[in-house]
Amino acid sequence: MKRAVLIVRRGAPHDVASWSRFEVSYEPGESVLDGLRRIRVQDDASLAFRYSCINANACKECMILVDGEVRYACTARLEEREMRLEPLPNKPHLRDLATEIAPPDERLGRGDNG
Amino acid sequence: MNDRVHLDTDVLIIGSGAAGMSAAIAAHDLHARVLIVDKSLIGRGGATVMAQMTVAAALGDEVPDSPDAHLSDTLKAGRGLCDEILSRILCEEGPGAIRQMERWNVGWARHPDGRLRQVEAPGHDRPRCVYVDFLNTGPAVSRTLRAQVQRRAIKRIGDLAITDIVVSGGAACGAVGFSVTDGRAVAIAARAVIIATGGLTRLYARNSASLNMGGDGYALGLRAGAELIDMEFVQFFPIGHLAPRLVGMDPIMWDPFRYKLGGRLLNGEKKEFIDRYGVPEDNRYVATRDVATYAILKEVDAGRGSPAGGVYLSFEHVASGKLREAFGPVIDRLAANGIDLAKGPVEVAPIAHYHMGGLRVTPSFETSVSGLFAAGEVVGGANGANRLSGNAITEALVFGRRAGVSAAERAREGGAGSRVQDAADALALVSAGSGDAPRENFAALIVRLQRVMADRVGPFRTAKGLSAALSEIAAMKAALGSTPPLEPGRFRPERLDWFDARNMLLAAESVVSSALRREESRGAHAREDFPASSSKWARHQIVSLRDGALRIDLSSAPCEKVAAS
Repeated sequence: MKRAVLIVRRGAPHDVASWSRFEVSYEPGESVLDGLRRIRVQDDASLAFRYSCINANACKECMILVDGEVRYACTARLEEREMRLEPLPNKPHLRDLATEIAPPDERLGRGDNG
Repeated sequence: MNDRVHLDTDVLIIGSGAAGMSAAIAAHDLHARVLIVDKSLIGRGGATVMAQMTVAAALGDEVPDSPDAHLSDTLKAGRGLCDEILSRILCEEGPGAIRQMERWNVGWARHPDGRLRQVEAPGHDRPRCVYVDFLNTGPAVSRTLRAQVQRRAIKRIGDLAITDIVVSGGAACGAVGFSVTDGRAVAIAARAVIIATGGLTRLYARNSASLNMGGDGYALGLRAGAELIDMEFVQFFPIGHLAPRLVGMDPIMWDPFRYKLGGRLLNGEKKEFIDRYGVPEDNRYVATRDVATYAILKEVDAGRGSPAGGVYLSFEHVASGKLREAFGPVIDRLAANGIDLAKGPVEVAPIAHYHMGGLRVTPSFETSVSGLFAAGEVVGGANGANRLSGNAITEALVFGRRAGVSAAERAREGGAGSRVQDAADALALVSAGSGDAPRENFAALIVRLQRVMADRVGPFRTAKGLSAALSEIAAMKAALGSTPPLEPGRFRPERLDWFDARNMLLAAESVVSSALRREESRGAHAREDFPASSSKWARHQIVSLRDGALRIDLSSAPCEKVAAS
């Protein structure tokens, strides 16, 4: 097993910016999403990030910044070094790595109230 | 932040895969007001978008064909347990649904003369399955339906988790849920409700599912008073990718490779073995899913597995030029994963893929609860004890349209009136919170459930293993408790886990209880302690929830037409 270190941006938009540091064991070839999912099960279930199809790169939901570059967490591979993970900068921030990415007309609107 | 949202519609559709979107289009075109919601993003979660393979319909483009021939193969694959009325609807209305998708420019692969290309999938007596190149069937179907939904300006809301159906005077009249992004409670009044949430493959450790495939629809249906049938029949896809680690591709991707190129399945000793299980493959691809799954796992059990615990799939005998011609850019994606099919085999093993069981419906796709309809994989019966390859997208399109038409007609008749108090308990639950950080890691609890299901409720089952699974599920239900953790709020994964686990445990319990009762082997349900099929078990088991406990009844006559109610 190899070990990656994931430095992850935490908190909601109005919180003071903070970072968590997770050490993750992995088999060669595993993805950053594999690592994030393992962290939720083993270390910290509160860690927020988006994904749906897990592995197929079909849903396109797991986009984040990996070392400042826009990547799919499901195709970016874990590496034996520190990797810095942040939410997409151009989308409304929800929590941790999760952003609001649904098209505006496919969301529950603020005005949806009866 | 936590103000409550009230929405009102004629037809509410839960789930936005091919079934949900087909239903939305059909209901809208009959002038119903439609609202389609999904726990994930619209048209991007679920199983449809993941389908890389083929869609069965008796089009007769490749060779002459008829719906009766398709039906005959479907019933044969179903091992005597198909609800023939539903199967017939699937086979007869399939060709129309495929042509409709073609008019909407889905882009089925064609011959130069314009006929659609159809390949022969295992269990079919002739080439019958259309597809979109390369490995693009599901995304193309999803995109095409999504464009039609958008063109009609049908109202759609993603990131909305539905937690309970609201029932008033015995009829469905809406649903309650919460916004995943901001935690607001949502109450939806509807004249008719369609469940189109797909299957339950997320219950298993190794699966080909999206995150939202945890069996929500079965749990929603049960709690609303609807009946389920055939819940013991979980289909394992025999050749799910196992090793080396492959990212960016669906684990069921080897199916189209086998359709086009055959491929050889080899055990750990690099010897062919499927023929020893009664199906000589001879470099073709003919063994049905239940038979292939059985053969692979038996080889592994006998110590003849591959290093990662499966078997080998080899295309080494196929010329590289031919590989490139058949799969174009996919060959480069494999190379990026360090895989060269001309040089070596990959390892494959069975993986949870589809659920044959589900909500029991009439031919108008209404459940046993008035005003509550179902469409797609969540419907039980059409595929019996083992689904024929290629029938899943077809049933999503066909059943979706039927359910949409039925629900629109019901809405026009007025549907059930809703009373505020009928939604009270469901609203209280989505608004509730323990206030505390969770005492239990519910993501870990879900992984524990997935292991139990894989180890004890996989393709091979025994009374001992199934009973142990029931005890473990009971312990996990106790650990889950009755109150979600924290408080409603912005994107809280622990609360989503809690509501997911609530549904997953109920769906799992219905699978395990049904599997324990069925003391025979049939199709996807193999009991090591009852290895033979028994004619007295040519019946459906019907699951319902009574006073909080699951109840299982046996359909009264063998091969009863359950849809004829």
